[in-house]
Amino acid sequence: MSGFDATDHALLRHLAGDADQSAAALAQLMGMSQPAVWRRLRRLEQSGVLKGQRLVLDREKLGFGVTVFLGIKLSGKGGMLLEDFERAVTAIPEVQTVEHVLGMYDYRLRVVARDIADFERILRRRIMALPGAGDVEANVLLSEERRPGPL
Amino acid sequence: MLDDLDRRLLRRLQTNPAMPVAELCDAVGSTAAVTSRRLARLRADRIILGKEAIIDWSKLGYNVEVSLRVGLDKTQSRAFDDFIAAAREVPEVIEIQTFLGRVDVRLSVIAKDMTQYQQIYRARILTLPHIADIEALMQVARIKSDEVLPV
Repeated sequence: MSGFDATDHALLRHLAGDADQSAAALAQLMGMSQPAVWRRLRRLEQSGVLKGQRLVLDREKLGFGVTVFLGIKLSGKGGMLLEDFERAVTAIPEVQTVEHVLGMYDYRLRVVARDIADFERILRRRIMALPGAGDVEANVLLSEERRPGPL
Repeated sequence: MLDDLDRRLLRRLQTNPAMPVAELCDAVGSTAAVTSRRLARLRADRIILGKEAIIDWSKLGYNVEVSLRVGLDKTQSRAFDDFIAAAREVPEVIEIQTFLGRVDVRLSVIAKDMTQYQQIYRARILTLPHIADIEALMQVARIKSDEVLPV
């Protein structure tokens, strides 16, 4: 699915940085008419390219001082096991993202915790207790940046 | 610092950042005046930093996403700075994260297909400075991606 041009890409780039901008503000920024911006935004939404919005919060101010990425290898294989694991892992509130991956791990998780002690509690009580969880590797996030991508 | 109402607002807004204020008031059981004041304060205190649009890259034809875990040559004092500066120049890199752990830096790379991925990997990734080792995890599916903080 394509058929989006450079103007659509520019709109996406602006919205990826700040989704709060009105069609009027975008129109002014891009030197376009407001109805033209509206039409493009609608098309981007309807086609699913604009999937939604994410609220950006200051994690530290909310008391989440630690973000850890976990690579998890399942100890056995089988369709049943994957479903059980996925259902259980997505229910853990501190687990922000779950990706099924191919490579040296089966799943990649993003986990937030108040501090390292809190992370240890989550790891021992919740992650290690997941059905099928085998080898676990943890890497503590130091910095992250999202890039605009090929737009 | 945050009370119960702030937390309820943040929980609602995280799951639906585009929720209109009227609906938000109903959901948290508060008046429009109080809700608007709280939201303004959460923004003024820089707890809410803004909103980002979520782009579905697969809808733009980018069907491959690979997570590259990179170990850097730490005998080079500028390894991190040089590597990150060069990675920013690759348009297909949509995320750059640094870690404390076995992995030093992780890049999320998107491509239209495996052929294009191979080209990017050979021409743009393997040529990045100070790489000591590199491992790839290919994304099969996103199981959970809301990144909601359990406030």
